[in-house]
Amino acid sequence: MGPTLWCTDVAAQRPRGNMFPKGTKRKFSDSGEEAGSNGDQGQAASTSVAAPRTLTSSYSLQRQSLLDMSLIKLQLCHMLVEPNLCRSVLIANTVRQIQEEMTQDGTWQIMTQALAAAQCPSDRLVATEVLCRQTDPATAAQAGQSPKPFSVVGLEEGYHSEEVVMEGEVETEVTMSTLSPVSQQMPSASYLAGPFGMGPCWEEEDEDGDGEDEDDDEEDSEECVSEGEEGDRDHLRADSRTGEQVFGTFEIKHPVPPADPALEELFSDVDPSYYDLDTVLTGMQSSPKMGPYDLLESLSSHGPTTLSSSSTCRSDLNELDHIMEIIVGS
Amino acid sequence: MEEESDSRKINNSFLRDHNYATEADIISTVEFNSSGELLATGDKGGRVVVFQREQESKSQPNRRGEYNVYSTFQSHEPEFDYLKSLEIEEKINKIKWLPQQNAAYFLLSTNDKTVKLWKISERDKRPEGYNLKDEDGRIRDPSTITSLRVPVLQPMDLMVEATARRVFSNAHTYHINSISVNSDLQTFISTDDLRVNLWNLEITDRSFNIVDIKPSNMEELTEVITSAEFHPRQCHTFAYSSSKGSIRLCDMRQAALCDRHCKYFEEPEDPSTRSFFSEIISSISDVKFSHNGRYLMTRDYLTVKVWDLQMENKPLETYQVHDYLRGKLCSLYENDCIFDKFECVWNGSDSVIMTGSYNNFFRMFDRNTKRDVTLEASRENSKPRAILKPRKVCVGGKRRKDEISVDSLDFSKKILHTTWHPHENIIAVAATNNLYIFQDKVN
Repeated sequence: MGPTLWCTDVAAQRPRGNMFPKGTKRKFSDSGEEAGSNGDQGQAASTSVAAPRTLTSSYSLQRQSLLDMSLIKLQLCHMLVEPNLCRSVLIANTVRQIQEEMTQDGTWQIMTQALAAAQCPSDRLVATEVLCRQTDPATAAQAGQSPKPFSVVGLEEGYHSEEVVMEGEVETEVTMSTLSPVSQQMPSASYLAGPFGMGPCWEEEDEDGDGEDEDDDEEDSEECVSEGEEGDRDHLRADSRTGEQVFGTFEIKHPVPPADPALEELFSDVDPSYYDLDTVLTGMQSSPKMGPYDLLESLSSHGPTTLSSSSTCRSDLNELDHIMEIIVGS
Repeated sequence: MEEESDSRKINNSFLRDHNYATEADIISTVEFNSSGELLATGDKGGRVVVFQREQESKSQPNRRGEYNVYSTFQSHEPEFDYLKSLEIEEKINKIKWLPQQNAAYFLLSTNDKTVKLWKISERDKRPEGYNLKDEDGRIRDPSTITSLRVPVLQPMDLMVEATARRVFSNAHTYHINSISVNSDLQTFISTDDLRVNLWNLEITDRSFNIVDIKPSNMEELTEVITSAEFHPRQCHTFAYSSSKGSIRLCDMRQAALCDRHCKYFEEPEDPSTRSFFSEIISSISDVKFSHNGRYLMTRDYLTVKVWDLQMENKPLETYQVHDYLRGKLCSLYENDCIFDKFECVWNGSDSVIMTGSYNNFFRMFDRNTKRDVTLEASRENSKPRAILKPRKVCVGGKRRKDEISVDSLDFSKKILHTTWHPHENIIAVAATNNLYIFQDKVN
């Protein structure tokens, strides 16, 4: 079971043309320069897109607002009594698309960092700030990238640990010192440490973690925002490997251009610990592990209500799990 | 082509004085039967109203028969699924008629979970003169009976009864979006988001699952089934459409589980028009075989496409329904209109196709002449026997008189359901809670 975000079906059926096609000009009032050539198809386009490219801030903002809108829609349909599966799937696919694009231009990890910061159970409301972007001129200017929330780390070399503003806990410096600074991976390092950050927490799960994680993820997959605790547990579960080992693997993967089949191949090694590395992989440039459903959890600012609404709004997607939840007592 | 409004509007709610639309009265499906004599409508409140065409009278040869209410019955009631704590809507999603085989009429109606077979029959005679009970129905005291008589059938006012003959339930985890009766008249399929089930009309406690696209991990779900239909002539062939814009043709003789299609229709995406909404607007909302069985028609958000069954890589014809919406996809996504599921229909000879749009507009495309027309279903424009005036939407710049600009379109008035008489040029168009029936102008 590979990472769910690589919709290779989509890629196979639809030649992934230019990431910023002319069509978007009609939709976005100001979508500016697209360094990616228009005629390219498939992989060629992907690699050309990965090349340095300037994103107009208006395009990024519009894309971001589309992402936010989509996530809200997904959340809303979790609250409905009977979510329309087709609509949910289409919205989720749109979210995936945006994620993929944002991953390729590097803006994804910034957001996931911010969400990591918002992972603290006690501070879930912070997540709403993610939806209301604060433009930080300094960081925005750095790479012409879209504004970063919480003024978090830049993507370049040189990790500035003091810049990582986490709600509540964690000093990330501790973890950081053990890691080799891989440029794109820095944010993920901080994310790793995260609000749950301490070593002891991580060493809990090994084999058991795998199984449970899969179940949890299956439940999560039902497009209902599952209970806050479960989401937290997922992120808590990490491999017992050291951060260094983990990042070691990242280093190998990093230089690979974001070509879907290649990544699929690479990720096939990561499979067994896929769910364990939930948190870790999220920070990774090429693997926005936080799928639309996970993202949803993290953005949910309705902690307690999610609990009840998820049990009432549980769609037909997985009856058995639903029954299990009732029995287990949500 | 010019159309005449013969019966202006038949208010489905029978609350003719009300100006507002009660939600239960919103028409959710319309369907002519195979002779065109009957027209069935289903609404959000779970009711089915059947109209019958009146006999053409000799005294008025120029006047085609009007459709009058024939029968009304409550097909589905709201239910509550206690296991999942979910309400099951009573809204009628689809109605399909069975071809008439005797004096009674049969139709299948379905909500999200349950399909029912209804028998609609007439009663115009009543037996009178029972021995054991009197005319009021009270049992007579046997000791008072001194002679015997044979009950005689006496004419009575026509009564149309609808009885549920079969209930096909508990076979769908997800919401049923379509049903289709097989040409063998013995089986039918019911389709939900992830599965297609095959039923025998006589057997209600068992169905066969013939297509299942549910992934083992629901998180991997990226595609759902949006519609399915049997081939009109080949009883072993059916097609189903997906939310990714593809159609699969399956042959039931190949295997019990038709997960492997024998034909796969998909048009490669045009990279120049790709946007974040590309996938959503490519999702097929309706698929219909042509009457002759040679073509397939599909409706996605902005276009209608006609496919030749022999050519899988691209459609034979593509018609733009409302391309002026292409620049508004973001707003339409925001207000959820982009998820509206429009239906499409063939005329009897497969030469004209029709589909609905917003602002109570509907469009017809003549496949031979390549001409198209936009018409409007509204009270103001549909005086009896008035000829419908073609409408036009202006995209930008100068708006001519009588044109309507894109920004003035009313997106709450959408025509999702339409049906075409199987032989004649009579169409029925559902506009929210109003039903419009239009006929060809008779010279």
